[in-house]
Amino acid sequence: MTSMAAMARPGNRPPDGRPGRGAWFLVLPALIPILVLSVGPLLYGIALAFTDSQSGRTRPTQWIGLLNFQDLAQDRLFWESFRIGLQWAVGVTVPQFLLALGLALLLNQNLRFRWLARALAIVPWAMPEIVVGIMWRLVYQPDAGLLGDALGTDNDWLGDPTTALPAVIVVGVWAGMPQVTVALLAGLANVPRELHEAAAVDGAGAWRRFRTVTWPAIRPIALAISALSFIWNLNSFALVYVLTNGGPGGRTRLPMLFAYEEAFRYGQFGYAAAMGCVLVAVVSVLLAVYLVGRLRGDDR
Amino acid sequence: MKRTGTMGTRRTARAGQYLALLCYLAFLVLPFLWLMSTAFKPPRELATLDPRWIPDHPTLDNFRQAFDEQPLLQAAANSLIAAVCAAVIAVALATPMAYVMARHRSPLSRAATGWVVVSQAFPLVLVIIPLFLILKNLRLIDSLAGLVAVYVVWALPFALWMLTGYVRAVPRELEEAAAVDGAGKARILVSVTAPLLAPGIVATALFAFITSWNEFFFALVLLKSPEKQTMPVILTHFIGAEGVADLGPLAAAALLATIPSLVLFAVLQRRITGGVLAGAVKH
Repeated sequence: MTSMAAMARPGNRPPDGRPGRGAWFLVLPALIPILVLSVGPLLYGIALAFTDSQSGRTRPTQWIGLLNFQDLAQDRLFWESFRIGLQWAVGVTVPQFLLALGLALLLNQNLRFRWLARALAIVPWAMPEIVVGIMWRLVYQPDAGLLGDALGTDNDWLGDPTTALPAVIVVGVWAGMPQVTVALLAGLANVPRELHEAAAVDGAGAWRRFRTVTWPAIRPIALAISALSFIWNLNSFALVYVLTNGGPGGRTRLPMLFAYEEAFRYGQFGYAAAMGCVLVAVVSVLLAVYLVGRLRGDDR
Repeated sequence: MKRTGTMGTRRTARAGQYLALLCYLAFLVLPFLWLMSTAFKPPRELATLDPRWIPDHPTLDNFRQAFDEQPLLQAAANSLIAAVCAAVIAVALATPMAYVMARHRSPLSRAATGWVVVSQAFPLVLVIIPLFLILKNLRLIDSLAGLVAVYVVWALPFALWMLTGYVRAVPRELEEAAAVDGAGKARILVSVTAPLLAPGIVATALFAFITSWNEFFFALVLLKSPEKQTMPVILTHFIGAEGVADLGPLAAAALLATIPSLVLFAVLQRRITGGVLAGAVKH
Protein backbone atom coordinates (compact mmCIF):
# COMPACT_ATOMS: atom_id res chain seq x y z
CA MET A 1 0.00 0.00 0.00
CA THR A 2 2.70 2.42 1.00
CA SER A 3 4.96 1.64 -1.93
CA MET A 4 2.00 2.13 -4.26
CA ALA A 5 1.25 5.47 -2.71
CA ALA A 6 4.89 6.48 -3.03
CA MET A 7 4.91 5.57 -6.72
CA ALA A 8 1.64 7.31 -7.42
CA ARG A 9 2.94 10.65 -6.26
CA PRO A 10 6.50 11.28 -7.33
CA GLY A 11 7.91 14.38 -5.72
CA ASN A 12 5.05 14.55 -3.28
CA ARG A 13 7.39 14.98 -0.35
CA PRO A 14 6.35 17.65 2.09
CA PRO A 15 7.95 20.94 1.02
CA ASP A 16 10.70 22.25 3.24
CA GLY A 17 8.91 25.26 4.48
CA ARG A 18 8.04 26.96 7.67
CA PRO A 19 4.40 26.30 8.43
CA GLY A 20 2.42 29.51 8.14
CA ARG A 21 0.67 31.28 10.98
CA GLY A 22 -2.38 29.08 10.43
CA ALA A 23 -0.25 26.04 11.15
CA TRP A 24 0.63 27.32 14.62
CA PHE A 25 -3.05 27.61 15.30
CA LEU A 26 -3.37 23.92 14.40
CA VAL A 27 -0.37 22.80 16.42
CA LEU A 28 -0.89 24.66 19.69
CA PRO A 29 -3.85 22.63 21.04
CA ALA A 30 -1.68 19.52 21.15
CA LEU A 31 1.58 21.28 21.91
CA ILE A 32 0.44 22.89 25.15
CA PRO A 33 -0.66 19.67 26.88
CA ILE A 34 2.48 17.95 25.62
CA LEU A 35 4.67 20.66 27.12
CA VAL A 36 2.72 20.94 30.38
CA LEU A 37 2.00 17.28 31.07
CA SER A 38 4.79 15.43 29.32
CA VAL A 39 7.95 17.42 28.60
CA GLY A 40 7.57 19.53 31.75
CA PRO A 41 7.06 16.60 34.15
CA LEU A 42 10.00 14.76 32.62
CA LEU A 43 12.33 17.70 33.30
CA TYR A 44 10.74 18.22 36.73
CA GLY A 45 11.30 14.53 37.46
CA ILE A 46 14.98 14.74 36.54
CA ALA A 47 15.32 17.81 38.77
CA LEU A 48 13.63 15.97 41.67
CA ALA A 49 16.40 13.39 41.59
CA PHE A 50 18.76 16.07 42.93
CA THR A 51 16.47 17.01 45.84
CA ASP A 52 15.36 15.44 49.11
CA SER A 53 11.70 15.62 48.09
CA GLN A 54 9.42 13.45 50.23
CA SER A 55 5.69 12.96 50.39
CA GLY A 56 3.66 14.79 53.04
CA ARG A 57 6.53 16.77 54.51
CA THR A 58 6.11 20.33 55.75
CA ARG A 59 9.77 21.37 55.56
CA PRO A 60 10.64 22.87 52.16
CA THR A 61 12.41 20.61 49.70
CA GLN A 62 16.13 21.27 49.31
CA TRP A 63 18.75 20.66 46.67
CA ILE A 64 21.11 17.95 47.82
CA GLY A 65 23.23 17.53 44.74
CA LEU A 66 24.34 13.99 43.98
CA LEU A 67 23.52 12.59 47.42
CA ASN A 68 20.66 10.42 46.09
CA PHE A 69 22.95 8.93 43.48
CA GLN A 70 25.66 8.25 46.06
CA ASP A 71 23.12 6.44 48.23
CA LEU A 72 21.85 4.61 45.19
CA ALA A 73 25.34 3.43 44.25
CA GLN A 74 25.51 1.63 47.61
CA ASP A 75 21.94 0.37 47.61
CA ARG A 76 22.45 -3.37 47.18
CA LEU A 77 18.71 -3.99 46.86
CA PHE A 78 18.41 -1.53 43.99
CA TRP A 79 21.23 -3.07 41.99
CA GLU A 80 19.78 -6.50 42.64
CA SER A 81 16.49 -5.21 41.27
CA PHE A 82 18.29 -3.62 38.33
CA ARG A 83 19.98 -6.94 37.53
CA ILE A 84 16.61 -8.71 37.68
CA GLY A 85 15.19 -6.02 35.42
CA LEU A 86 17.87 -6.63 32.80
CA GLN A 87 17.42 -10.40 33.05
CA TRP A 88 13.70 -9.93 32.59
CA ALA A 89 14.06 -7.49 29.67
CA VAL A 90 16.57 -9.67 27.79
CA GLY A 91 14.74 -12.85 28.76
CA VAL A 92 11.50 -11.50 27.34
CA THR A 93 12.75 -9.57 24.31
CA VAL A 94 14.97 -12.21 22.70
CA PRO A 95 12.64 -15.24 22.74
CA GLN A 96 9.72 -12.96 21.95
CA PHE A 97 11.49 -11.65 18.86
CA LEU A 98 12.47 -15.12 17.63
CA LEU A 99 8.99 -16.54 18.24
CA ALA A 100 7.33 -13.53 16.63
CA LEU A 101 9.62 -13.82 13.61
CA GLY A 102 8.62 -17.46 13.21
CA LEU A 103 4.95 -16.60 13.54
CA ALA A 104 5.21 -13.69 11.09
CA LEU A 105 6.94 -15.91 8.52
CA LEU A 106 4.15 -18.50 8.93
CA LEU A 107 1.39 -15.91 8.68
CA ASN A 108 3.06 -14.57 5.55
CA GLN A 109 2.73 -18.01 3.89
CA ASN A 110 -0.28 -18.81 1.81
CA LEU A 111 -1.82 -21.13 4.39
CA ARG A 112 -5.50 -21.93 4.78
CA PHE A 113 -7.28 -20.21 7.72
CA ARG A 114 -4.59 -17.53 7.64
CA TRP A 115 -7.18 -14.82 8.34
CA LEU A 116 -8.35 -16.67 11.43
CA ALA A 117 -4.79 -17.20 12.65
CA ARG A 118 -4.00 -13.52 12.14
CA ALA A 119 -7.06 -12.50 14.15
CA LEU A 120 -6.35 -14.93 16.99
CA ALA A 121 -2.65 -14.07 17.15
CA ILE A 122 -3.61 -10.52 18.08
CA VAL A 123 -5.72 -11.48 21.12
CA PRO A 124 -3.02 -10.78 23.76
CA TRP A 125 -2.67 -7.22 22.47
CA ALA A 126 -6.32 -6.46 23.16
CA MET A 127 -6.28 -7.62 26.76
CA PRO A 128 -5.65 -5.30 29.72
CA GLU A 129 -2.28 -6.15 31.29
CA ILE A 130 -3.99 -6.75 34.61
CA VAL A 131 -6.26 -9.35 33.06
CA VAL A 132 -3.24 -11.00 31.41
CA GLY A 133 -1.66 -11.25 34.85
CA ILE A 134 -4.81 -12.66 36.46
CA MET A 135 -5.26 -15.13 33.61
CA TRP A 136 -1.74 -16.51 33.98
CA ARG A 137 -2.17 -16.77 37.73
CA LEU A 138 -5.03 -19.15 36.95
CA VAL A 139 -2.77 -21.08 34.56
CA TYR A 140 0.03 -21.28 37.14
CA GLN A 141 -2.31 -22.06 40.06
CA PRO A 142 -0.71 -24.89 42.10
CA ASP A 143 -3.72 -27.21 42.49
CA ALA A 144 -6.36 -26.40 39.88
CA GLY A 145 -4.05 -24.70 37.36
CA LEU A 146 -3.79 -25.55 33.69
CA LEU A 147 -0.02 -26.02 33.66
CA GLY A 148 0.23 -28.15 36.79
CA ASP A 149 -2.56 -30.33 35.48
CA ALA A 150 -0.93 -30.74 32.09
CA LEU A 151 2.45 -31.65 33.61
CA GLY A 152 0.99 -33.64 36.47
CA THR A 153 2.68 -31.62 39.24
CA ASP A 154 1.41 -29.24 41.86
CA ASN A 155 4.43 -26.97 41.70
CA ASP A 156 3.79 -23.42 42.89
CA TRP A 157 5.40 -21.80 39.85
CA LEU A 158 5.05 -18.20 40.99
CA GLY A 159 5.83 -18.89 44.65
CA ASP A 160 8.99 -20.92 44.16
CA PRO A 161 12.11 -18.69 44.04
CA THR A 162 13.74 -20.78 41.33
CA THR A 163 10.78 -20.80 38.92
CA ALA A 164 9.23 -17.39 39.65
CA LEU A 165 11.35 -15.30 37.26
CA PRO A 166 11.18 -17.79 34.34
CA ALA A 167 7.41 -18.06 34.93
CA VAL A 168 6.82 -14.30 34.71
CA ILE A 169 9.15 -14.10 31.69
CA VAL A 170 6.90 -16.56 29.84
CA VAL A 171 3.96 -14.23 30.54
CA GLY A 172 5.99 -11.26 29.28
CA VAL A 173 6.76 -13.09 26.05
CA TRP A 174 3.09 -14.00 25.62
CA ALA A 175 1.83 -10.48 26.27
CA GLY A 176 4.07 -8.71 23.75
CA MET A 177 4.00 -11.22 20.89
CA PRO A 178 1.31 -9.54 18.76
CA GLN A 179 2.99 -6.13 18.57
CA VAL A 180 6.29 -7.61 17.43
CA THR A 181 4.57 -10.00 15.02
CA VAL A 182 2.50 -7.24 13.43
CA ALA A 183 5.58 -5.05 12.96
CA LEU A 184 7.53 -7.90 11.39
CA LEU A 185 4.59 -8.76 9.12
CA ALA A 186 4.71 -5.16 7.92
CA GLY A 187 8.38 -5.63 7.18
CA LEU A 188 7.71 -8.87 5.32
CA ALA A 189 5.32 -7.05 3.01
CA ASN A 190 8.39 -5.22 1.67
CA VAL A 191 10.29 -8.39 0.72
CA PRO A 192 10.57 -8.49 -3.09
CA ARG A 193 8.74 -11.64 -4.17
CA GLU A 194 10.55 -11.94 -7.53
CA LEU A 195 13.88 -12.04 -5.75
CA HIS A 196 12.59 -14.85 -3.56
CA GLU A 197 11.45 -16.85 -6.56
CA ALA A 198 14.68 -16.22 -8.45
CA ALA A 199 16.68 -17.47 -5.48
CA ALA A 200 14.48 -20.57 -5.25
CA VAL A 201 14.96 -21.30 -8.97
CA ASP A 202 18.72 -20.99 -8.46
CA GLY A 203 18.45 -23.73 -5.87
CA ALA A 204 18.86 -21.68 -2.70
CA GLY A 205 17.42 -23.51 0.31
CA ALA A 206 14.91 -21.98 2.68
CA TRP A 207 17.57 -20.84 5.14
CA ARG A 208 19.72 -19.21 2.45
CA ARG A 209 16.72 -17.48 0.96
CA PHE A 210 15.84 -16.15 4.39
CA ARG A 211 19.36 -14.89 5.03
CA THR A 212 20.04 -13.31 1.68
CA VAL A 213 16.60 -12.06 0.62
CA THR A 214 14.19 -11.82 3.55
CA TRP A 215 16.42 -10.67 6.38
CA PRO A 216 18.04 -7.68 4.59
CA ALA A 217 14.56 -6.41 3.71
CA ILE A 218 13.13 -6.65 7.23
CA ARG A 219 16.32 -5.75 9.13
CA PRO A 220 15.46 -2.08 9.80
CA ILE A 221 12.03 -2.95 11.19
CA ALA A 222 13.43 -5.91 13.12
CA LEU A 223 16.02 -3.68 14.74
CA ALA A 224 13.48 -0.98 15.57
CA ILE A 225 10.85 -3.26 17.06
CA SER A 226 13.30 -5.30 19.12
CA ALA A 227 14.86 -2.14 20.57
CA LEU A 228 11.41 -0.73 21.32
CA SER A 229 10.18 -3.91 22.93
CA PHE A 230 13.33 -4.06 25.08
CA ILE A 231 12.56 -0.55 26.32
CA TRP A 232 8.90 -1.38 26.93
CA ASN A 233 9.91 -4.46 28.87
CA LEU A 234 12.42 -2.60 31.00
CA ASN A 235 9.63 -0.19 31.96
CA SER A 236 7.11 -2.92 32.57
CA PHE A 237 5.02 -2.76 35.75
CA ALA A 238 1.44 -4.03 35.74
CA LEU A 239 2.09 -7.62 34.67
CA VAL A 240 4.53 -8.48 37.42
CA TYR A 241 2.65 -6.35 39.94
CA VAL A 242 -0.38 -8.59 39.64
CA LEU A 243 1.51 -11.88 39.09
CA THR A 244 3.93 -11.82 42.03
CA ASN A 245 4.12 -8.22 43.26
CA GLY A 246 7.91 -8.63 43.19
CA GLY A 247 8.01 -11.81 45.27
CA PRO A 248 8.99 -14.37 46.34
CA GLY A 249 11.67 -12.64 48.38
CA GLY A 250 12.28 -9.97 45.74
CA ARG A 251 13.10 -12.54 43.03
CA THR A 252 10.89 -10.75 40.51
CA ARG A 253 11.14 -7.20 41.83
CA LEU A 254 11.66 -5.24 38.61
CA PRO A 255 13.15 -1.71 38.88
CA MET A 256 9.74 -0.16 38.25
CA LEU A 257 8.18 -2.08 41.14
CA PHE A 258 11.09 -1.06 43.35
CA ALA A 259 10.80 2.61 42.42
CA TYR A 260 7.01 2.52 42.82
CA GLU A 261 7.32 1.22 46.38
CA GLU A 262 10.04 3.72 47.18
CA ALA A 263 7.90 6.61 45.92
CA PHE A 264 4.37 5.71 46.92
CA ARG A 265 4.80 3.41 49.89
CA TYR A 266 7.76 5.08 51.59
CA GLY A 267 7.22 8.54 50.08
CA GLN A 268 10.86 8.96 48.97
CA PHE A 269 10.13 11.01 45.84
CA GLY A 270 13.67 12.30 45.32
CA TYR A 271 15.27 8.90 45.74
CA ALA A 272 12.76 7.20 43.44
CA ALA A 273 13.33 9.92 40.82
CA ALA A 274 17.05 9.18 40.99
CA MET A 275 16.26 5.53 40.20
CA GLY A 276 14.24 6.75 37.24
CA CYS A 277 17.25 8.75 36.06
CA VAL A 278 19.49 5.70 36.16
CA LEU A 279 16.89 3.86 34.08
CA VAL A 280 16.75 6.80 31.66
CA ALA A 281 20.51 6.68 31.25
CA VAL A 282 20.33 3.01 30.28
CA VAL A 283 17.34 3.57 28.05
CA SER A 284 19.01 6.53 26.27
CA VAL A 285 21.96 4.40 25.24
CA LEU A 286 19.52 1.89 23.81
CA LEU A 287 17.51 4.61 22.14
CA ALA A 288 20.69 5.88 20.47
CA VAL A 289 21.23 2.42 19.02
CA TYR A 290 17.59 2.38 17.97
CA LEU A 291 17.82 5.75 16.21
CA VAL A 292 21.09 4.92 14.46
CA GLY A 293 19.52 1.73 13.15
CA ARG A 294 16.47 3.64 12.02
CA LEU A 295 18.46 6.29 10.19
CA ARG A 296 20.55 3.65 8.48
CA GLY A 297 17.33 2.03 7.33
CA ASP A 298 16.18 5.36 5.88
CA ASP A 299 19.32 5.83 3.85
CA ARG A 300 18.50 2.97 1.56
CA MET B 1 18.14 -26.07 -12.75
CA LYS B 2 16.82 -28.87 -10.66
CA ARG B 3 13.78 -28.33 -8.52
CA THR B 4 14.59 -28.70 -4.87
CA GLY B 5 12.45 -31.24 -3.13
CA THR B 6 9.89 -33.63 -4.53
CA MET B 7 6.16 -33.35 -4.01
CA GLY B 8 6.51 -35.61 -0.96
CA THR B 9 8.95 -33.44 0.97
CA ARG B 10 7.00 -30.37 -0.02
CA ARG B 11 3.87 -31.84 1.44
CA THR B 12 5.72 -32.70 4.66
CA ALA B 13 6.97 -29.12 4.85
CA ARG B 14 3.40 -27.82 4.49
CA ALA B 15 2.20 -30.16 7.21
CA GLY B 16 5.02 -28.94 9.42
CA GLN B 17 3.95 -25.36 8.85
CA TYR B 18 0.37 -26.10 9.84
CA LEU B 19 1.59 -27.93 12.92
CA ALA B 20 3.82 -25.00 13.91
CA LEU B 21 0.96 -22.56 13.40
CA LEU B 22 -1.26 -24.74 15.55
CA CYS B 23 1.33 -24.70 18.35
CA TYR B 24 1.53 -20.92 18.17
CA LEU B 25 -2.23 -20.54 18.36
CA ALA B 26 -2.42 -22.99 21.26
CA PHE B 27 0.15 -20.91 23.16
CA LEU B 28 -1.61 -17.64 22.37
CA VAL B 29 -5.25 -18.68 22.85
CA LEU B 30 -5.38 -21.51 25.41
CA PRO B 31 -4.70 -19.28 28.46
CA PHE B 32 -7.66 -17.13 27.47
CA LEU B 33 -9.91 -20.17 27.07
CA TRP B 34 -8.79 -21.28 30.53
CA LEU B 35 -9.86 -17.91 31.92
CA MET B 36 -13.28 -18.33 30.32
CA SER B 37 -13.59 -21.86 31.62
CA THR B 38 -12.67 -20.79 35.16
CA ALA B 39 -15.20 -17.99 35.13
CA PHE B 40 -18.08 -20.49 34.71
CA LYS B 41 -16.90 -23.13 37.17
CA PRO B 42 -18.65 -23.71 40.51
CA PRO B 43 -16.37 -23.65 43.60
CA ARG B 44 -16.28 -27.44 43.88
CA GLU B 45 -14.81 -27.79 40.38
CA LEU B 46 -12.26 -25.04 41.06
CA ALA B 47 -10.83 -26.93 44.01
CA THR B 48 -10.52 -30.23 42.21
CA LEU B 49 -7.11 -31.66 41.43
CA ASP B 50 -8.30 -32.84 38.06
CA PRO B 51 -9.66 -29.68 36.40
CA ARG B 52 -11.67 -29.88 33.17
CA TRP B 53 -11.79 -27.53 30.20
CA ILE B 54 -15.59 -27.59 30.07
CA PRO B 55 -17.23 -27.24 33.49
CA ASP B 56 -19.50 -30.15 34.40
CA HIS B 57 -22.00 -27.78 35.96
CA PRO B 58 -21.47 -24.34 34.41
CA THR B 59 -22.77 -21.50 36.58
CA LEU B 60 -23.19 -17.74 36.59
CA ASP B 61 -22.70 -17.55 40.37
CA ASN B 62 -19.13 -16.26 39.95
CA PHE B 63 -20.42 -13.22 38.09
CA ARG B 64 -23.10 -12.53 40.72
CA GLN B 65 -20.54 -12.89 43.48
CA ALA B 66 -18.08 -10.61 41.66
CA PHE B 67 -20.71 -7.85 41.53
CA ASP B 68 -21.48 -8.39 45.22
CA GLU B 69 -17.84 -8.23 46.35
CA GLN B 70 -16.64 -5.18 44.45
CA PRO B 71 -18.31 -2.09 42.93
CA LEU B 72 -17.86 -3.39 39.39
CA LEU B 73 -20.59 -1.29 37.79
CA GLN B 74 -19.20 1.88 39.29
CA ALA B 75 -15.69 0.91 38.18
CA ALA B 76 -16.91 0.14 34.66
CA ALA B 77 -18.65 3.52 34.53
CA ASN B 78 -15.47 5.28 35.70
CA SER B 79 -13.36 3.43 33.14
CA LEU B 80 -15.86 4.24 30.42
CA ILE B 81 -15.94 7.96 31.27
CA ALA B 82 -12.16 8.20 31.49
CA ALA B 83 -11.55 6.26 28.28
CA VAL B 84 -14.20 8.07 26.21
CA CYS B 85 -13.08 11.53 27.34
CA ALA B 86 -9.40 10.68 26.81
CA ALA B 87 -10.02 9.27 23.34
CA VAL B 88 -12.17 12.16 22.13
CA ILE B 89 -9.87 14.85 23.51
CA ALA B 90 -6.66 13.16 22.36
CA VAL B 91 -7.91 12.81 18.80
CA ALA B 92 -9.33 16.35 18.73
CA LEU B 93 -5.93 17.71 19.78
CA ALA B 94 -3.80 15.38 17.69
CA THR B 95 -5.57 15.61 14.33
CA PRO B 96 -4.63 19.24 13.51
CA MET B 97 -1.06 18.70 14.64
CA ALA B 98 -0.75 15.45 12.69
CA TYR B 99 -1.95 17.33 9.63
CA VAL B 100 0.79 19.93 10.00
CA MET B 101 3.40 17.24 10.69
CA ALA B 102 2.44 15.31 7.57
CA ARG B 103 2.20 18.29 5.25
CA HIS B 104 5.11 20.50 6.36
CA ARG B 105 8.69 19.58 7.04
CA SER B 106 9.65 22.03 9.72
CA PRO B 107 11.90 21.89 12.77
CA LEU B 108 8.72 21.69 14.82
CA SER B 109 7.52 18.58 13.02
CA ARG B 110 10.91 17.00 13.48
CA ALA B 111 10.91 17.87 17.19
CA ALA B 112 7.43 16.40 17.53
CA THR B 113 8.52 13.18 15.81
CA GLY B 114 11.50 13.02 18.15
CA TRP B 115 9.19 13.46 21.12
CA VAL B 116 6.95 10.64 19.90
CA VAL B 117 10.00 8.35 19.97
CA VAL B 118 11.41 9.66 23.26
CA SER B 119 8.06 9.40 25.02
CA GLN B 120 8.10 5.66 24.35
CA ALA B 121 11.25 5.40 26.43
CA PHE B 122 10.15 7.38 29.50
CA PRO B 123 10.50 5.32 32.62
CA LEU B 124 7.07 5.86 34.10
CA VAL B 125 8.46 6.59 37.58
CA LEU B 126 10.17 9.67 36.29
CA VAL B 127 6.88 11.01 34.94
CA ILE B 128 4.43 9.84 37.57
CA ILE B 129 6.08 11.54 40.56
CA PRO B 130 6.05 15.03 39.01
CA LEU B 131 2.56 14.44 37.61
CA PHE B 132 1.41 13.38 41.06
CA LEU B 133 2.85 16.59 42.59
CA ILE B 134 1.46 18.83 39.83
CA LEU B 135 -2.02 17.30 39.98
CA LYS B 136 -1.93 17.52 43.77
CA ASN B 137 -1.28 21.26 43.54
CA LEU B 138 -4.16 21.60 41.10
CA ARG B 139 -6.35 19.51 43.46
CA LEU B 140 -6.87 16.99 40.68
CA ILE B 141 -5.57 13.97 42.60
CA ASP B 142 -8.24 11.34 43.14
CA SER B 143 -10.38 12.77 40.36
CA LEU B 144 -11.28 11.40 36.98
CA ALA B 145 -10.51 14.79 35.41
CA GLY B 146 -6.88 14.49 36.46
CA LEU B 147 -6.72 10.93 35.18
CA VAL B 148 -8.22 11.99 31.84
CA ALA B 149 -5.60 14.74 31.45
CA VAL B 150 -2.85 12.19 31.98
CA TYR B 151 -4.46 9.68 29.61
CA VAL B 152 -4.78 12.31 26.89
CA VAL B 153 -1.07 13.06 26.99
CA TRP B 154 -0.38 9.35 27.29
CA ALA B 155 -2.38 8.60 24.12
CA LEU B 156 -1.05 11.55 22.11
CA PRO B 157 2.23 10.04 20.80
CA PHE B 158 0.54 7.03 19.28
CA ALA B 159 -2.39 9.10 18.03
CA LEU B 160 0.02 11.50 16.30
CA TRP B 161 1.93 8.54 14.88
CA MET B 162 -1.16 6.89 13.42
CA LEU B 163 -2.85 10.09 12.23
CA THR B 164 0.28 11.38 10.47
CA GLY B 165 0.25 8.16 8.46
CA TYR B 166 -3.43 8.57 7.60
CA VAL B 167 -2.95 12.22 6.53
CA ARG B 168 -0.08 11.20 4.24
CA ALA B 169 -2.40 8.69 2.61
CA VAL B 170 -4.79 11.51 1.59
CA PRO B 171 -3.53 12.65 -1.84
CA ARG B 172 -2.30 16.20 -1.78
CA GLU B 173 -3.55 16.60 -5.38
CA LEU B 174 -7.15 16.57 -4.15
CA GLU B 175 -6.47 19.55 -1.89
CA GLU B 176 -4.61 21.33 -4.67
CA ALA B 177 -7.43 20.73 -7.12
CA ALA B 178 -9.91 22.20 -4.66
CA ALA B 179 -7.62 25.20 -4.21
CA VAL B 180 -7.52 25.71 -7.98
CA ASP B 181 -11.31 25.65 -7.96
CA GLY B 182 -11.17 28.57 -5.57
CA ALA B 183 -11.89 26.92 -2.22
CA GLY B 184 -10.33 28.56 0.82
CA LYS B 185 -7.93 26.72 3.12
CA ALA B 186 -10.50 26.14 5.86
CA ARG B 187 -13.10 25.01 3.34
CA ILE B 188 -10.63 22.49 1.86
CA LEU B 189 -9.84 21.05 5.26
CA VAL B 190 -13.49 20.65 6.18
CA SER B 191 -14.98 19.38 2.95
CA VAL B 192 -12.07 17.60 1.23
CA THR B 193 -9.57 16.37 3.80
CA ALA B 194 -11.80 15.66 6.79
CA PRO B 195 -14.15 13.18 5.09
CA LEU B 196 -11.21 11.20 3.68
CA LEU B 197 -9.55 11.23 7.07
CA ALA B 198 -12.66 10.21 9.03
CA PRO B 199 -12.05 6.42 9.07
CA GLY B 200 -8.50 7.00 10.27
CA ILE B 201 -9.71 9.37 12.97
CA VAL B 202 -12.27 6.84 14.20
CA ALA B 203 -9.67 4.07 14.26
CA THR B 204 -7.25 6.25 16.20
CA ALA B 205 -9.94 7.26 18.69
CA LEU B 206 -10.94 3.65 19.30
CA PHE B 207 -7.33 2.70 19.76
CA ALA B 208 -6.88 5.49 22.30
CA PHE B 209 -10.05 4.24 24.02
CA ILE B 210 -8.63 0.73 24.33
CA THR B 211 -5.29 2.02 25.64
CA SER B 212 -7.03 4.08 28.32
CA TRP B 213 -9.55 1.37 29.22
CA ASN B 214 -6.67 -1.08 29.78
CA GLU B 215 -4.35 1.32 31.62
CA PHE B 216 -3.41 0.43 35.17
CA PHE B 217 -0.35 2.24 36.58
CA PHE B 218 -1.58 5.85 36.45
CA ALA B 219 -4.98 4.86 37.81
CA LEU B 220 -3.31 2.98 40.67
CA VAL B 221 -1.26 6.01 41.70
CA LEU B 222 -3.67 8.85 40.98
CA LEU B 223 -6.98 7.48 42.31
CA LYS B 224 -7.47 6.79 45.98
CA SER B 225 -11.16 6.47 46.88
CA PRO B 226 -12.74 3.12 46.02
CA GLU B 227 -15.74 4.76 44.32
CA LYS B 228 -13.48 6.52 41.80
CA GLN B 229 -11.30 3.59 40.80
CA THR B 230 -11.26 2.12 37.32
CA MET B 231 -11.80 -1.46 36.24
CA PRO B 232 -8.15 -2.67 36.22
CA VAL B 233 -7.55 -1.30 39.73
CA ILE B 234 -10.74 -2.87 41.09
CA LEU B 235 -9.68 -6.21 39.63
CA THR B 236 -6.57 -6.24 41.83
CA HIS B 237 -8.87 -5.89 44.87
CA PHE B 238 -10.08 -9.44 44.28
CA ILE B 239 -6.60 -10.58 45.25
CA GLY B 240 -6.14 -10.46 49.01
CA ALA B 241 -3.16 -9.16 50.94
CA GLU B 242 -1.56 -12.62 51.07
CA GLY B 243 -2.01 -13.08 47.34
CA VAL B 244 -4.91 -15.46 47.93
CA ALA B 245 -7.85 -14.94 45.65
CA ASP B 246 -11.31 -16.32 45.20
CA LEU B 247 -10.63 -17.65 41.71
CA GLY B 248 -14.16 -17.86 40.34
CA PRO B 249 -15.27 -14.26 40.89
CA LEU B 250 -11.77 -13.04 39.95
CA ALA B 251 -11.95 -14.82 36.60
CA ALA B 252 -15.52 -13.63 36.02
CA ALA B 253 -14.64 -9.99 36.66
CA ALA B 254 -11.46 -10.20 34.57
CA LEU B 255 -13.45 -11.66 31.70
CA LEU B 256 -16.00 -8.83 31.87
CA ALA B 257 -13.22 -6.22 31.93
CA THR B 258 -11.74 -7.67 28.74
CA ILE B 259 -14.89 -7.74 26.64
CA PRO B 260 -14.92 -4.07 25.51
CA SER B 261 -11.30 -4.08 24.34
CA LEU B 262 -11.65 -7.46 22.71
CA VAL B 263 -14.79 -6.48 20.78
CA LEU B 264 -13.28 -3.19 19.60
CA PHE B 265 -10.06 -4.92 18.64
CA ALA B 266 -11.95 -7.49 16.59
CA VAL B 267 -13.83 -4.72 14.80
CA LEU B 268 -10.67 -2.70 14.28
CA GLN B 269 -8.13 -5.42 13.68
CA ARG B 270 -7.45 -4.57 10.05
CA ARG B 271 -7.46 -0.83 10.61
CA ILE B 272 -5.14 -0.93 13.60
CA THR B 273 -2.52 -3.01 11.90
CA GLY B 274 -2.96 -0.81 8.83
CA GLY B 275 -2.51 2.32 10.93
CA VAL B 276 0.60 0.97 12.58
CA LEU B 277 1.98 0.17 9.17
CA ALA B 278 1.11 3.56 7.78
CA GLY B 279 3.16 5.20 10.49
CA ALA B 280 5.91 2.63 10.74
CA VAL B 281 6.86 2.14 7.11
CA LYS B 282 8.71 5.21 5.92
CA HIS B 283 7.62 6.82 2.70
